[in-house]
Formats: sequence, structure tokens, C-alpha cells
Amino acid sequence: MNPNCKWLAGSILATLLLSVMTVVPAYAEATPQASPIAIWPKVRVSLFGTRPIHEDASAVIQLETPIRAEDAATVPVAIHTSLAQTPGRYIDKLYLLVDNNPSPIAAVFQFTPESGRADIETRIRIEQYTDVRAVAEMNDGELFMATRFVKASGGCSAPAGKDAEAAAKNAGRIKFRVEDPVTVGKPAIAQLAISHPNNSGLVLDQVSRLYTPAYYVRKVSVSYGGKPIMTADVDFSISENPNFRFYFVPTGDGELRAEILDTKDLTFDSQVVVKTQTASGS
Amino acid sequence: MVRRRRCAAAFRLAILGLTSHAAIASAADDLKLQKLADGVFVHVGAQAEASAENRGDIANIGFIVGEKCVAVIDTGGTLMVGRALRAAIVRTTPKPICYVINTHVHPDHVFGNAAFERADTQFVGHKHLPAALAARSDSFQKTLSRELGDIADGSRLIAPTTLVESDLDLDLGGRKLSLHAWNTAHTDNDLSVFDSMTGTLWTGDLLFVDRIPVIDGSLLGWLKALAALRAGPPPRHIVPGHGPIDPPWPAALAAEMRYLETMVTDVRAALKAGRTLAQTVETVGLSERSHWLLFDDYNRRNATAAYTELEWED
Repeated sequence: MNPNCKWLAGSILATLLLSVMTVVPAYAEATPQASPIAIWPKVRVSLFGTRPIHEDASAVIQLETPIRAEDAATVPVAIHTSLAQTPGRYIDKLYLLVDNNPSPIAAVFQFTPESGRADIETRIRIEQYTDVRAVAEMNDGELFMATRFVKASGGCSAPAGKDAEAAAKNAGRIKFRVEDPVTVGKPAIAQLAISHPNNSGLVLDQVSRLYTPAYYVRKVSVSYGGKPIMTADVDFSISENPNFRFYFVPTGDGELRAEILDTKDLTFDSQVVVKTQTASGS
Repeated sequence: MVRRRRCAAAFRLAILGLTSHAAIASAADDLKLQKLADGVFVHVGAQAEASAENRGDIANIGFIVGEKCVAVIDTGGTLMVGRALRAAIVRTTPKPICYVINTHVHPDHVFGNAAFERADTQFVGHKHLPAALAARSDSFQKTLSRELGDIADGSRLIAPTTLVESDLDLDLGGRKLSLHAWNTAHTDNDLSVFDSMTGTLWTGDLLFVDRIPVIDGSLLGWLKALAALRAGPPPRHIVPGHGPIDPPWPAALAAEMRYLETMVTDVRAALKAGRTLAQTVETVGLSERSHWLLFDDYNRRNATAAYTELEWED
């Protein structure tokens, strides 16, 4: 096993990753078929115990992925939800799971009533043909799941970056913006792009026979006017230059702030000033 | 009746199996060569995806013969193709092979390298080629085995020992090859080769003819490289990385630039309109569809590369 997985030590992810890796020793071999050993039951128990999950839940949650990914290192994924985030009932967490990736829990997103909508779009790496799952956990614990099968392979063990020099030059840049129009009380879209290699630790350097060390963004926290909007616990299944698109409800002019923490415990932050307009005709 | 039909079908399959095996064996011994100019020999690869049927023989490869020795330029997509190229060289000239030049990291150009591994043969590549090979060979090797099966056996990657920083001349004895290492374009390790004796420019994958170009470096950087090629003196002969040799010049460059510029224009417009990556890959570059082979296999991938590059502009 790749020694760099020690980055995950102490986290919930690590416990699960280790249990998964011992169960599936042949993981390094990418095959065009889905893994014959189902990971999902293990992941399910570790995250949700024996709680029921609604699987026929398209009225609540939809997962959008390509059927066949053109670039396994950059697979766009969108989770759409159909419930309004109200203080009484809201989606608390979204789990993005990639069954056959070396670490199946790609991301856990946390939302609040202030998020407006618990939708998220990002880009992931896919190591072999796999089911991708999105599970919504309500504030009362109810669970809804959407699943899609994606044909892609080699995304985790593919080297990051087409242009090493340009990537180094760009490192640490953050692009954070809010899409117009921004209307008070209506969910608005924000997009956060982080220039970061997000090395999986699974790329073998053929000369040194060493793995390029794992180095990736592990937490993203976004707040608006000091209140949390979206928090993401993420790992190396997220593509190079992590990118997140999500909602928040503007209540007036204010500041949207993102804090990013990576596996070297480096933090980056970025702010965007939100200028609102009042809803016309209301 | 039913049974007879089945037997006939099985018989046809058996015959097909025999003939296709024979075809593979003879193709391996007899790589088709074209003499492009005095001492310049090229094998034109199939305009297809690498497969067991074509043995990974999908790139243009060849060699140049000097008074003293031979330089190989790219070695094909498998050891089998590399060996066939080597056999073709031996049939053509008794001179030793002093250089194997790799135009860039992609498997269809370098997986035949092992056929040429000898103490007196130098492997030559772009200064960034060793790093690119080191990072990618593990995943390239897995993909090759998966796609080609047994046909891939023995294929492995060999890193260059002679690196080209920006420009380097190689002497083949009375014949000078001028190598140029490009800034990031098709990949971050593109090398072109110019034989001044015959005015032959070997572009590597900086130039795709008829086959859809694949963006694996920098879209904007590639356009700059193509503009520089177009601004230079027209070569007498051209060997593109893929497609027919001696394509019309500069029309072949212009066609490729048109595709890449279409990508730039379409993707910038999508970014400006706030379209996501998923929405963008379905809609860009489509006006180019009728101009390129394998368009549906690579256009979305190119769109992904273009989007993830251009979203960091400004």
C-alpha cells in the first residue's frame, strides 16, 4: 500500500480506507469492469449503519455525470436537490461516493438553511469503472440516494497536470466569484476554483520507483456574513485544481469568505464582496 | 440445417482467425516504408485508435540515414512495431543506429523504444521528457496491456539520455539534424527534427493531418508554436505525427489552427456565459466535426482540456 496514505491517519476516512484496502488487495489493477467485490455495503455500514436509505429518490436528489468520462482525471459531477433549505427541514450533508476508487469517500459536504439549496458541482478522478453515489442526509437523519454508473479509468493514477511549469506558476491562486444577478432572498450561485496539484499519492514515478507524495486540499469552509454556507471534507478523488459550485442566500451586501486547508496544513483564503439587488416587483 | 449453419459459421471464424494471425505476423516482418527523400524513410501509421489489430501502429515513424549512422525518429506504439522498424532499417542500410529521437511522451510514438536498446545507441528527447515519462509510464503501461493484450508484451518505455534544452544538432556523418525543443504545445515535451540536406521537417504531433488533434499540453501554447512554424521558411518535405506525409503547406497547419482556434473561441464564450464544464463539453468545437477523423473520440476530451486551461485566464 502506498505509504502516503498516512496523510489520512486519524481521520474517519483513514479508518474506512484501510478496511477497504485490506478487503480488496487487487485494487492496483485497473480493469474495465466494475470491481467484483462490492465496496458499497462496507461504506454504507461505516457511514450510515443500518439506517434505511431511500433509493428511489429522484424527487429529492439527482446525480449528473457523464456515462463515459472522456478524461478520467477530470470527470464533472453535479448533485441537484429538489428541497428548499428551510430552518425546520433541510439537507444537512451530501456524501459523494465513488465505490471503486482507492478511497471511496470523495467528499462530504455540509449545508445550512442559509445555503438556500444544497446543490453542488465539482470534478472528480475515477480510477476504474464504478458506481458513483450521492447521498443526502436530512437534518432529521433521513437518507436519500442517487446512483450513476460511470465508465472511466486511470483517473487517480494519472499524473496531474499537462504543463508542470504552468501549474507551478499558478499554484495557490484562487478564483472566487458570484454569478449575477444576486437578489436578496434568492439562492445565488458561487464558484470557487483553487489552483492546487491535489496529488493523489497514487502516481508512481518510474525512475525513482516512488509515489509522488499525496498532497491535496482536505477542507473547504465557506461562510457568508460570518455564517457557514458550505463546508466540504474532501480528498484526492477531487481533481487537480479543485472546483466547487454551490448556492447561498444573499441577505444584503456582505462578504462571502472561503477558507481552504490542505494536507500540509497550509491555509488559503479568499473573499468576494457580494452586491445585491432587491427583487423586482416584490 | 441449423447445425450446418453453425458449423459453417465456426469454420469461417476459424479461417478468419488464421488469416488475421498471418496478417499480423507478416505485417510485423514487413513494415511498409516510403522513401520521402534521399536517405529519409517514413512509415505512415493507421488513422485509428491503437488496437490489437493494428498492433499500436498508429503514428508516423521512420529514420534518416547519414554517411556514418542512422537516426530513428519515433519507434511506434509497441515493441512489435519497433522491431519491425528495426528490421526495415537493417534491410535498407548496414549502418548502425546511433540515435533514437522521441518527439514526445505519447505511447504511440515511444513504446517501440526497447527494440533499439543498445550500448552504442543514444536516446534523445526534450528536456521535459524524462519527467513526463517517469510520471506517466505506469499508467501508459497499464492502458497498453488492457487495450492490446498479448500484443503489448515486452513494450516498455526508455528515458532519453541526451536531452534537448532548446536546440541541438546531431551529426549522422555528412548530415546534420537540427532538433528544437518547443515550449508547451501539444504536450510539455514536443521536439521537432529538421534535416537540412533534404529540407525535411519532422513535426512530431505538433501537426496532425486529417486526424483530430489531441490537446495534452497547452491550447494557447500550441497555437503559438503553430504560428511560429507558419512564419518560418516552408520546408520541402513534411512528416506530420499523424496522417499523410507531405501535406499541403501551410494549409495543413491552417486546418489544425482553425480547429484549435474554434476551441478557444467556443470555450471562452462558454466561460463568459457562466456555463459549467459538463455543459461546455457537449457544445464546443462541433462546427469542426466533418473535418476530422476520430472527432467523437477526442473532441469532448479536448474541450475538457481547453476549459480547464482557459478558466484560469485573466
